[in-house]
Amino acid sequence: MSDEDVPETIETLPLDSWHRAQGGRMVAFAGYHMPIQYDGIIAEHLWTRENAGLFDVSHMGQLTLAGEGADAALETILPGDIKGLGEGKMRYSLLLGETGGILDDLMVTRLPAANAFDEAAGDFYIVVNGATKWDDIAYLHEQLPEGLTLNHHGDQALLALQGPKAVDALARLAPGVADLFFMEAGAFTIAGVSAWVSRSGYTGEDGYEISIPAADAEAVAAALLALPEVKPIGLGARDSLRLEAGLPLYGHDLDEKIDPATAALGFAVPKRRRAEGGFPGAEQTIGFFKDGPPAKRIGLTIEGRQPAREGATIYDGDVAVGTITSGGFSPSLQVPIAMGYVSTDRAALGTALEVDVRGKRLAATVSAMPFVSQNYVRKGAK
Amino acid sequence: MTTYYTREHEWIAVEGDVATVGITDYAQAQLGDIVFVEVPGAGTTVAKGKEAAVVESVKAASDIYAPVSGEVVEGNAALEGDPALANTAPETEGWFFKLTLSDPAELEGLMDDTAYKAFVDSL
Repeated sequence: MSDEDVPETIETLPLDSWHRAQGGRMVAFAGYHMPIQYDGIIAEHLWTRENAGLFDVSHMGQLTLAGEGADAALETILPGDIKGLGEGKMRYSLLLGETGGILDDLMVTRLPAANAFDEAAGDFYIVVNGATKWDDIAYLHEQLPEGLTLNHHGDQALLALQGPKAVDALARLAPGVADLFFMEAGAFTIAGVSAWVSRSGYTGEDGYEISIPAADAEAVAAALLALPEVKPIGLGARDSLRLEAGLPLYGHDLDEKIDPATAALGFAVPKRRRAEGGFPGAEQTIGFFKDGPPAKRIGLTIEGRQPAREGATIYDGDVAVGTITSGGFSPSLQVPIAMGYVSTDRAALGTALEVDVRGKRLAATVSAMPFVSQNYVRKGAK
Repeated sequence: MTTYYTREHEWIAVEGDVATVGITDYAQAQLGDIVFVEVPGAGTTVAKGKEAAVVESVKAASDIYAPVSGEVVEGNAALEGDPALANTAPETEGWFFKLTLSDPAELEGLMDDTAYKAFVDSL
Protein backbone atom coordinates (compact mmCIF):
# COMPACT_ATOMS: atom_id res chain seq x y z
CA MET A 1 0.00 0.00 0.00
CA SER A 2 2.99 2.26 0.18
CA ASP A 3 3.93 2.45 -3.48
CA GLU A 4 0.79 3.77 -5.11
CA ASP A 5 1.44 6.63 -7.47
CA VAL A 6 0.54 9.71 -5.50
CA PRO A 7 -0.23 12.67 -7.74
CA GLU A 8 0.73 16.14 -6.56
CA THR A 9 -2.78 16.98 -5.49
CA ILE A 10 -4.42 14.50 -3.18
CA GLU A 11 -8.16 14.69 -3.75
CA THR A 12 -10.95 14.23 -1.27
CA LEU A 13 -13.74 11.68 -1.59
CA PRO A 14 -17.43 12.41 -0.90
CA LEU A 15 -17.22 10.87 2.58
CA ASP A 16 -14.00 12.64 3.64
CA SER A 17 -15.42 14.58 6.57
CA TRP A 18 -17.57 11.62 7.58
CA HIS A 19 -14.45 9.43 7.90
CA ARG A 20 -12.73 12.08 10.01
CA ALA A 21 -15.82 12.37 12.22
CA GLN A 22 -15.72 8.58 12.76
CA GLY A 23 -12.11 8.83 13.94
CA GLY A 24 -10.56 7.58 10.71
CA ARG A 25 -6.81 8.08 10.39
CA MET A 26 -6.41 9.45 6.88
CA VAL A 27 -3.59 8.56 4.48
CA ALA A 28 -2.95 9.24 0.79
CA PHE A 29 -3.96 6.25 -1.32
CA ALA A 30 -4.55 6.06 -5.08
CA GLY A 31 -4.57 9.87 -5.21
CA TYR A 32 -7.17 10.34 -2.47
CA HIS A 33 -7.28 10.94 1.26
CA MET A 34 -8.61 7.67 2.64
CA PRO A 35 -8.96 6.12 6.10
CA ILE A 36 -6.30 3.52 6.88
CA GLN A 37 -8.00 2.58 10.15
CA TYR A 38 -10.49 3.67 12.81
CA ASP A 39 -10.26 1.41 15.90
CA GLY A 40 -7.28 -0.64 14.76
CA ILE A 41 -6.67 -2.98 11.85
CA ILE A 42 -6.94 -6.28 13.74
CA ALA A 43 -10.17 -5.29 15.53
CA GLU A 44 -11.70 -4.05 12.26
CA HIS A 45 -10.58 -7.17 10.40
CA LEU A 46 -12.11 -9.54 12.97
CA TRP A 47 -15.30 -7.43 13.16
CA THR A 48 -15.76 -7.87 9.40
CA ARG A 49 -15.22 -11.63 9.59
CA GLU A 50 -17.89 -11.92 12.32
CA ASN A 51 -20.32 -9.05 11.73
CA ALA A 52 -20.48 -6.45 8.95
CA GLY A 53 -17.87 -3.88 7.95
CA LEU A 54 -18.60 -0.71 5.99
CA PHE A 55 -15.90 0.26 3.49
CA ASP A 56 -15.72 3.41 1.38
CA VAL A 57 -14.37 2.42 -2.02
CA SER A 58 -15.43 5.59 -3.80
CA HIS A 59 -11.91 5.98 -5.23
CA MET A 60 -12.67 3.16 -7.65
CA GLY A 61 -13.73 4.02 -11.18
CA GLN A 62 -17.38 3.39 -12.06
CA LEU A 63 -17.93 3.21 -15.80
CA THR A 64 -20.74 2.26 -18.11
CA LEU A 65 -20.37 1.07 -21.68
CA ALA A 66 -23.41 1.43 -23.90
CA GLY A 67 -24.21 0.44 -27.45
CA GLU A 68 -24.78 -2.41 -29.86
CA GLY A 69 -22.04 -5.03 -29.76
CA ALA A 70 -20.49 -3.86 -26.49
CA ASP A 71 -20.12 -7.48 -25.34
CA ALA A 72 -18.18 -8.54 -28.43
CA ALA A 73 -16.02 -5.43 -28.18
CA LEU A 74 -15.25 -6.11 -24.51
CA GLU A 75 -14.24 -9.67 -25.36
CA THR A 76 -11.41 -8.28 -27.52
CA ILE A 77 -9.74 -6.86 -24.37
CA LEU A 78 -11.16 -9.05 -21.55
CA PRO A 79 -10.56 -12.84 -21.56
CA GLY A 80 -13.86 -13.59 -19.79
CA ASP A 81 -17.24 -14.76 -21.08
CA ILE A 82 -18.93 -11.39 -21.55
CA LYS A 83 -21.33 -12.43 -24.32
CA GLY A 84 -22.80 -15.09 -22.05
CA LEU A 85 -23.34 -12.71 -19.14
CA GLY A 86 -27.05 -12.41 -18.32
CA GLU A 87 -28.73 -9.17 -17.27
CA GLY A 88 -28.14 -8.44 -13.60
CA LYS A 89 -25.16 -10.82 -13.49
CA MET A 90 -21.55 -9.82 -12.95
CA ARG A 91 -18.08 -11.27 -13.40
CA TYR A 92 -14.52 -10.65 -12.31
CA SER A 93 -12.36 -10.01 -15.34
CA LEU A 94 -8.97 -8.70 -16.46
CA LEU A 95 -8.23 -5.76 -18.71
CA LEU A 96 -5.45 -6.96 -21.00
CA GLY A 97 -2.83 -4.78 -22.68
CA GLU A 98 -1.88 -5.27 -26.31
CA THR A 99 0.63 -8.03 -25.51
CA GLY A 100 -1.60 -9.82 -22.99
CA GLY A 101 -0.32 -8.38 -19.71
CA ILE A 102 -2.87 -7.37 -17.06
CA LEU A 103 -3.56 -3.60 -17.08
CA ASP A 104 -6.22 -3.89 -14.38
CA ASP A 105 -8.66 -6.26 -12.76
CA LEU A 106 -12.31 -5.30 -12.71
CA MET A 107 -15.93 -6.28 -12.19
CA VAL A 108 -18.25 -6.19 -15.18
CA THR A 109 -22.06 -6.36 -14.88
CA ARG A 110 -24.62 -6.59 -17.65
CA LEU A 111 -27.35 -4.12 -16.75
CA PRO A 112 -31.06 -4.90 -16.78
CA ALA A 113 -33.58 -2.25 -17.93
CA ALA A 114 -34.01 -1.09 -14.33
CA ASN A 115 -30.62 0.33 -13.42
CA ALA A 116 -29.25 3.36 -11.62
CA PHE A 117 -27.18 4.68 -14.52
CA ASP A 118 -29.81 5.64 -17.14
CA GLU A 119 -28.42 3.00 -19.47
CA ALA A 120 -30.38 0.55 -21.62
CA ALA A 121 -30.88 -3.12 -20.87
CA GLY A 122 -27.86 -5.10 -22.04
CA ASP A 123 -25.35 -2.28 -21.50
CA PHE A 124 -22.45 -2.76 -19.09
CA TYR A 125 -21.40 -1.35 -15.71
CA ILE A 126 -17.69 -1.76 -15.03
CA VAL A 127 -15.84 -1.06 -11.78
CA VAL A 128 -12.08 -0.58 -12.08
CA ASN A 129 -9.32 0.19 -9.58
CA GLY A 130 -8.83 3.76 -8.38
CA ALA A 131 -5.12 4.05 -9.12
CA THR A 132 -5.57 2.80 -12.69
CA LYS A 133 -8.92 4.31 -13.69
CA TRP A 134 -7.59 7.19 -15.80
CA ASP A 135 -5.26 4.92 -17.76
CA ASP A 136 -8.07 2.37 -18.14
CA ILE A 137 -10.44 4.99 -19.52
CA ALA A 138 -7.82 6.18 -22.06
CA TYR A 139 -7.09 2.58 -23.09
CA LEU A 140 -10.79 1.71 -23.43
CA HIS A 141 -11.35 4.77 -25.63
CA GLU A 142 -8.44 3.68 -27.80
CA GLN A 143 -9.46 0.03 -28.06
CA LEU A 144 -13.25 0.15 -28.30
CA PRO A 145 -15.08 0.87 -31.57
CA GLU A 146 -16.56 4.33 -32.12
CA GLY A 147 -20.19 3.32 -31.99
CA LEU A 148 -19.99 2.58 -28.27
CA THR A 149 -20.33 5.16 -25.49
CA LEU A 150 -18.12 5.00 -22.41
CA ASN A 151 -19.28 7.05 -19.42
CA HIS A 152 -17.31 7.66 -16.24
CA HIS A 153 -19.68 8.08 -13.31
CA GLY A 154 -17.40 10.31 -11.24
CA ASP A 155 -20.45 11.63 -9.40
CA GLN A 156 -21.22 8.20 -7.88
CA ALA A 157 -19.85 7.04 -4.53
CA LEU A 158 -19.25 3.33 -3.86
CA LEU A 159 -19.65 1.62 -0.49
CA ALA A 160 -19.03 -2.01 0.41
CA LEU A 161 -20.80 -3.76 3.27
CA GLN A 162 -18.98 -7.02 3.97
CA GLY A 163 -19.34 -9.82 6.46
CA PRO A 164 -21.70 -12.62 7.49
CA LYS A 165 -24.22 -10.16 8.97
CA ALA A 166 -24.21 -7.82 5.96
CA VAL A 167 -27.30 -9.49 4.53
CA ASP A 168 -29.34 -9.10 7.73
CA ALA A 169 -28.23 -5.51 8.14
CA LEU A 170 -28.81 -4.32 4.58
CA ALA A 171 -32.05 -6.28 4.17
CA ARG A 172 -33.55 -4.22 6.99
CA LEU A 173 -33.16 -1.14 4.77
CA ALA A 174 -33.79 -2.85 1.43
CA PRO A 175 -35.45 -6.29 1.89
CA GLY A 176 -34.95 -7.36 -1.72
CA VAL A 177 -31.17 -7.55 -1.43
CA ALA A 178 -31.46 -10.85 0.44
CA ASP A 179 -32.74 -12.45 -2.77
CA LEU A 180 -29.59 -11.65 -4.73
CA PHE A 181 -26.99 -14.40 -4.98
CA PHE A 182 -23.22 -13.89 -5.17
CA MET A 183 -22.32 -11.92 -8.31
CA GLU A 184 -25.86 -10.70 -8.98
CA ALA A 185 -26.94 -7.05 -8.92
CA GLY A 186 -30.01 -4.86 -9.11
CA ALA A 187 -31.56 -1.45 -8.44
CA PHE A 188 -32.83 -0.80 -4.90
CA THR A 189 -33.74 2.11 -2.66
CA ILE A 190 -31.72 2.58 0.54
CA ALA A 191 -32.71 5.32 3.00
CA GLY A 192 -34.70 6.96 0.22
CA VAL A 193 -31.70 6.96 -2.13
CA SER A 194 -31.64 5.21 -5.47
CA ALA A 195 -28.84 2.64 -5.28
CA TRP A 196 -27.22 0.02 -7.50
CA VAL A 197 -26.51 -2.97 -5.27
CA SER A 198 -24.50 -6.07 -6.08
CA ARG A 199 -23.85 -9.10 -3.89
CA SER A 200 -20.09 -9.02 -4.23
CA GLY A 201 -16.94 -7.71 -2.62
CA TYR A 202 -13.26 -8.33 -2.08
CA THR A 203 -12.97 -9.64 1.47
CA GLY A 204 -13.91 -13.31 0.93
CA GLU A 205 -17.09 -12.72 2.94
CA ASP A 206 -20.69 -12.50 1.85
CA GLY A 207 -21.68 -8.90 1.35
CA TYR A 208 -22.68 -6.09 -0.95
CA GLU A 209 -21.28 -3.24 -2.99
CA ILE A 210 -23.53 -0.19 -3.18
CA SER A 211 -23.27 2.57 -5.77
CA ILE A 212 -25.07 5.80 -4.86
CA PRO A 213 -24.93 9.46 -5.89
CA ALA A 214 -22.02 11.18 -4.13
CA ALA A 215 -24.39 13.83 -2.79
CA ASP A 216 -26.34 11.14 -0.90
CA ALA A 217 -23.32 9.16 0.31
CA GLU A 218 -23.32 10.58 3.84
CA ALA A 219 -27.01 9.84 4.35
CA VAL A 220 -26.59 6.24 3.20
CA ALA A 221 -23.38 5.72 5.20
CA ALA A 222 -25.14 7.10 8.30
CA ALA A 223 -28.15 4.80 7.78
CA LEU A 224 -25.83 1.78 7.46
CA LEU A 225 -23.68 2.74 10.42
CA ALA A 226 -26.81 3.09 12.57
CA LEU A 227 -27.34 -0.68 12.20
CA PRO A 228 -25.88 -2.55 15.18
CA GLU A 229 -24.00 -5.06 13.00
CA VAL A 230 -22.06 -2.34 11.18
CA LYS A 231 -18.76 -0.58 11.92
CA PRO A 232 -16.57 1.48 9.58
CA ILE A 233 -13.50 -0.36 8.30
CA GLY A 234 -10.34 1.19 6.85
CA LEU A 235 -7.89 0.32 4.09
CA GLY A 236 -5.61 -1.62 6.44
CA ALA A 237 -8.19 -4.29 7.22
CA ARG A 238 -9.38 -4.26 3.62
CA ASP A 239 -5.87 -5.34 2.64
CA SER A 240 -5.53 -8.07 5.30
CA LEU A 241 -9.03 -9.41 4.53
CA ARG A 242 -8.40 -9.72 0.80
CA LEU A 243 -4.98 -11.29 1.42
CA GLU A 244 -6.53 -13.98 3.66
CA ALA A 245 -9.14 -14.54 0.93
CA GLY A 246 -6.32 -15.13 -1.59
CA LEU A 247 -7.49 -12.23 -3.76
CA PRO A 248 -4.76 -10.40 -5.71
CA LEU A 249 -4.35 -6.63 -5.41
CA TYR A 250 -3.62 -4.78 -8.62
CA GLY A 251 -0.28 -2.97 -8.66
CA HIS A 252 1.10 -5.46 -6.18
CA ASP A 253 0.12 -9.03 -7.12
CA LEU A 254 -0.87 -8.18 -10.69
CA ASP A 255 0.73 -5.86 -13.22
CA GLU A 256 1.21 -5.33 -16.95
CA LYS A 257 4.00 -7.92 -17.11
CA ILE A 258 1.80 -10.71 -15.73
CA ASP A 259 -0.65 -12.73 -17.89
CA PRO A 260 -3.80 -14.45 -16.56
CA ALA A 261 -2.21 -17.93 -16.47
CA THR A 262 0.88 -16.77 -14.56
CA ALA A 263 -1.50 -14.94 -12.18
CA ALA A 264 -3.26 -18.29 -11.58
CA LEU A 265 -6.60 -16.71 -12.48
CA GLY A 266 -7.85 -19.59 -14.59
CA PHE A 267 -11.43 -19.02 -13.50
CA ALA A 268 -11.36 -15.66 -15.31
CA VAL A 269 -10.60 -17.37 -18.66
CA PRO A 270 -13.42 -19.87 -19.30
CA LYS A 271 -13.37 -22.81 -21.69
CA ARG A 272 -14.91 -21.02 -24.66
CA ARG A 273 -12.34 -18.22 -24.54
CA ARG A 274 -9.48 -20.73 -24.25
CA ALA A 275 -10.85 -22.53 -27.31
CA GLU A 276 -11.59 -19.41 -29.38
CA GLY A 277 -8.90 -16.98 -28.20
CA GLY A 278 -9.52 -13.50 -29.57
CA PHE A 279 -8.06 -11.59 -26.60
CA PRO A 280 -4.61 -9.95 -26.37
CA GLY A 281 -1.81 -12.44 -25.81
CA ALA A 282 -4.25 -15.34 -26.31
CA GLU A 283 -1.75 -17.66 -27.93
CA GLN A 284 0.78 -17.44 -25.10
CA THR A 285 -1.80 -17.38 -22.30
CA ILE A 286 -3.72 -20.39 -23.66
CA GLY A 287 -0.41 -22.24 -24.07
CA PHE A 288 0.46 -21.43 -20.47
CA PHE A 289 -2.90 -22.77 -19.28
CA LYS A 290 -2.28 -25.97 -21.23
CA ASP A 291 1.39 -26.59 -20.45
CA GLY A 292 1.98 -24.51 -17.34
CA PRO A 293 3.51 -21.02 -17.19
CA PRO A 294 7.20 -20.62 -16.27
CA ALA A 295 6.19 -19.00 -12.96
CA LYS A 296 2.91 -18.65 -11.13
CA ARG A 297 1.16 -16.90 -8.26
CA ILE A 298 1.11 -18.91 -5.04
CA GLY A 299 0.28 -18.51 -1.37
CA LEU A 300 2.88 -18.88 1.37
CA THR A 301 2.55 -19.48 5.09
CA ILE A 302 5.56 -18.14 6.99
CA GLU A 303 6.90 -19.84 10.10
CA GLY A 304 7.09 -17.75 13.28
CA ARG A 305 5.45 -14.36 13.71
CA GLN A 306 7.48 -12.00 11.53
CA PRO A 307 5.65 -11.00 8.34
CA ALA A 308 7.39 -11.25 4.97
CA ARG A 309 6.34 -8.27 2.89
CA GLU A 310 6.17 -7.15 -0.72
CA GLY A 311 9.56 -7.32 -2.43
CA ALA A 312 11.09 -10.05 -0.25
CA THR A 313 12.99 -12.69 -2.25
CA ILE A 314 11.89 -16.33 -2.07
CA TYR A 315 14.64 -18.96 -2.01
CA ASP A 316 14.96 -22.69 -2.46
CA GLY A 317 18.33 -23.24 -0.81
CA ASP A 318 20.74 -20.85 -2.52
CA VAL A 319 18.55 -20.37 -5.58
CA ALA A 320 16.29 -17.32 -5.76
CA VAL A 321 13.02 -18.75 -7.09
CA GLY A 322 10.61 -15.83 -6.74
CA THR A 323 9.37 -12.71 -4.98
CA ILE A 324 6.67 -11.86 -2.46
CA THR A 325 4.08 -9.46 -3.91
CA SER A 326 1.94 -8.97 -0.77
CA GLY A 327 2.45 -10.20 2.73
CA GLY A 328 1.34 -9.50 6.22
CA PHE A 329 0.11 -10.91 9.46
CA SER A 330 -3.18 -12.79 9.25
CA PRO A 331 -5.44 -11.55 12.06
CA SER A 332 -7.75 -14.56 11.66
CA LEU A 333 -5.03 -17.23 11.61
CA GLN A 334 -2.49 -15.40 13.81
CA VAL A 335 0.37 -16.32 11.48
CA PRO A 336 2.17 -14.40 8.72
CA ILE A 337 0.84 -15.14 5.23
CA ALA A 338 1.96 -13.94 1.83
CA MET A 339 1.29 -14.07 -1.88
CA GLY A 340 4.01 -14.13 -4.49
CA TYR A 341 5.38 -15.64 -7.66
CA VAL A 342 7.72 -18.63 -7.84
CA SER A 343 8.99 -20.75 -10.71
CA THR A 344 6.34 -23.36 -11.47
CA ASP A 345 8.61 -26.26 -10.43
CA ARG A 346 8.51 -24.83 -6.90
CA ALA A 347 4.78 -24.02 -6.88
CA ALA A 348 3.32 -27.34 -5.68
CA LEU A 349 1.37 -27.16 -2.42
CA GLY A 350 3.54 -28.07 0.54
CA THR A 351 6.85 -27.12 -1.09
CA ALA A 352 9.27 -25.94 1.62
CA LEU A 353 10.96 -22.66 0.70
CA GLU A 354 12.60 -19.74 2.50
CA VAL A 355 12.01 -16.00 2.39
CA ASP A 356 14.69 -13.40 2.96
CA VAL A 357 13.35 -10.85 5.43
CA ARG A 358 15.82 -8.11 6.31
CA GLY A 359 18.77 -10.43 5.84
CA LYS A 360 17.21 -13.28 7.80
CA ARG A 361 15.85 -16.49 6.25
CA LEU A 362 12.34 -17.43 7.35
CA ALA A 363 10.92 -20.89 6.61
CA ALA A 364 7.87 -20.76 4.33
CA THR A 365 5.52 -23.35 2.86
CA VAL A 366 3.53 -23.08 -0.35
CA SER A 367 -0.07 -23.05 0.86
CA ALA A 368 -3.52 -23.25 -0.68
CA MET A 369 -5.43 -20.03 -1.22
CA PRO A 370 -7.76 -18.78 0.08
CA PHE A 371 -6.00 -18.97 3.44
CA VAL A 372 -9.37 -18.40 5.14
CA SER A 373 -12.40 -20.01 3.52
CA GLN A 374 -14.61 -17.78 1.40
CA ASN A 375 -18.23 -17.45 2.51
CA TYR A 376 -20.09 -16.47 -0.62
CA VAL A 377 -23.80 -17.15 -1.02
CA ARG A 378 -23.83 -18.84 -4.40
CA LYS A 379 -26.86 -19.72 -6.44
CA GLY A 380 -27.70 -23.41 -6.11
CA ALA A 381 -25.49 -23.83 -3.08
CA LYS A 382 -28.13 -23.02 -0.48
CA MET B 1 15.50 7.14 38.04
CA THR B 2 15.33 9.73 35.25
CA THR B 3 13.40 9.21 32.04
CA TYR B 4 14.43 10.80 28.77
CA TYR B 5 12.70 10.88 25.39
CA THR B 6 13.81 11.11 21.77
CA ARG B 7 12.22 12.78 18.74
CA GLU B 8 11.91 9.23 17.35
CA HIS B 9 9.47 8.48 20.20
CA GLU B 10 11.64 6.24 22.36
CA TRP B 11 11.94 6.51 26.12
CA ILE B 12 15.12 5.81 28.09
CA ALA B 13 14.82 5.26 31.84
CA VAL B 14 18.24 5.62 33.47
CA GLU B 15 19.18 4.18 36.84
CA GLY B 16 22.90 4.36 37.60
CA ASP B 17 24.69 3.30 34.42
CA VAL B 18 21.86 1.02 33.22
CA ALA B 19 19.22 2.36 30.86
CA THR B 20 15.93 0.69 29.89
CA VAL B 21 14.69 1.55 26.38
CA GLY B 22 11.21 1.30 24.89
CA ILE B 23 8.79 3.08 22.59
CA THR B 24 6.34 5.71 23.80
CA ASP B 25 2.58 5.47 23.90
CA TYR B 26 2.47 7.94 21.01
CA ALA B 27 4.76 5.64 18.97
CA GLN B 28 2.67 2.52 19.58
CA ALA B 29 -0.53 4.38 18.63
CA GLN B 30 1.08 5.51 15.38
CA LEU B 31 2.36 2.01 14.58
CA GLY B 32 -1.00 0.36 15.20
CA ASP B 33 -1.37 -3.33 16.04
CA ILE B 34 2.12 -4.72 16.73
CA VAL B 35 2.52 -8.36 15.70
CA PHE B 36 6.28 -8.93 15.99
CA VAL B 37 9.15 -7.39 17.93
CA GLU B 38 12.80 -8.35 17.58
CA VAL B 39 15.04 -7.03 20.35
CA PRO B 40 18.84 -7.31 20.61
CA GLY B 41 20.23 -10.05 22.85
CA ALA B 42 22.56 -9.63 25.82
CA GLY B 43 26.09 -8.76 24.75
CA THR B 44 25.06 -6.89 21.61
CA THR B 45 26.76 -3.53 21.22
CA VAL B 46 24.45 -0.80 19.97
CA ALA B 47 25.47 2.64 18.73
CA LYS B 48 23.43 5.81 19.08
CA GLY B 49 21.31 6.36 15.97
CA LYS B 50 21.88 2.84 14.60
CA GLU B 51 19.29 0.08 14.21
CA ALA B 52 18.79 -1.84 17.42
CA ALA B 53 15.35 -3.46 17.19
CA VAL B 54 12.61 -4.20 14.66
CA VAL B 55 8.90 -3.65 15.17
CA GLU B 56 6.36 -5.07 12.75
CA SER B 57 2.82 -3.81 12.88
CA VAL B 58 0.05 -5.19 10.70
CA LYS B 59 0.82 -2.30 8.35
CA ALA B 60 4.60 -2.14 8.12
CA ALA B 61 8.05 -2.90 9.48
CA SER B 62 9.84 -0.17 11.43
CA ASP B 63 13.41 0.03 12.68
CA ILE B 64 13.97 1.16 16.22
CA TYR B 65 17.23 3.11 16.57
CA ALA B 66 19.32 3.02 19.70
CA PRO B 67 18.84 6.38 21.46
CA VAL B 68 22.19 5.99 23.23
CA SER B 69 25.27 3.80 22.79
CA GLY B 70 26.13 0.87 25.01
CA GLU B 71 26.11 -2.86 25.57
CA VAL B 72 22.80 -4.67 25.85
CA VAL B 73 22.40 -6.54 29.14
CA GLU B 74 18.91 -7.90 28.48
CA GLY B 75 16.30 -7.98 25.73
CA ASN B 76 12.65 -8.25 26.79
CA ALA B 77 11.88 -11.91 26.12
CA ALA B 78 8.17 -11.35 26.92
CA LEU B 79 7.76 -9.44 23.64
CA GLU B 80 8.53 -12.54 21.61
CA GLY B 81 5.46 -14.43 22.80
CA ASP B 82 3.28 -11.36 23.31
CA PRO B 83 4.31 -8.55 20.96
CA ALA B 84 1.04 -6.75 21.71
CA LEU B 85 2.61 -5.79 25.07
CA ALA B 86 4.27 -3.01 23.10
CA ASN B 87 0.75 -1.69 22.37
CA THR B 88 -0.88 -2.28 25.72
CA ALA B 89 2.01 -1.39 28.06
CA PRO B 90 4.62 0.42 25.95
CA GLU B 91 6.14 2.38 28.82
CA THR B 92 6.12 -0.45 31.40
CA GLU B 93 6.09 -4.24 30.70
CA GLY B 94 6.52 -3.60 26.98
CA TRP B 95 10.10 -2.30 27.34
CA PHE B 96 12.50 -3.38 24.58
CA PHE B 97 16.02 -3.74 26.03
CA LYS B 98 18.33 -2.68 28.85
CA LEU B 99 21.87 -1.52 28.23
CA THR B 100 24.90 -0.18 30.08
CA LEU B 101 25.67 3.31 28.85
CA SER B 102 29.06 3.69 27.19
CA ASP B 103 28.78 7.49 27.04
CA PRO B 104 26.37 9.05 29.56
CA ALA B 105 27.00 12.44 27.92
CA GLU B 106 24.75 11.24 25.04
CA LEU B 107 21.77 11.73 27.37
CA GLU B 108 22.28 15.47 27.38
CA GLY B 109 20.57 16.21 24.09
CA LEU B 110 17.41 14.23 24.98
CA MET B 111 14.05 15.59 26.12
CA ASP B 112 12.54 15.29 29.56
CA ASP B 113 8.89 14.40 30.18
CA THR B 114 7.61 17.98 29.87
CA ALA B 115 9.60 18.72 26.72
CA TYR B 116 8.44 15.45 25.11
CA LYS B 117 4.78 16.18 25.89
CA ALA B 118 5.15 19.60 24.28
CA PHE B 119 6.89 17.98 21.28
CA VAL B 120 4.04 15.47 20.79
CA ASP B 121 1.43 18.22 21.13
CA SER B 122 3.19 20.13 18.37
CA LEU B 123 2.89 17.21 15.91
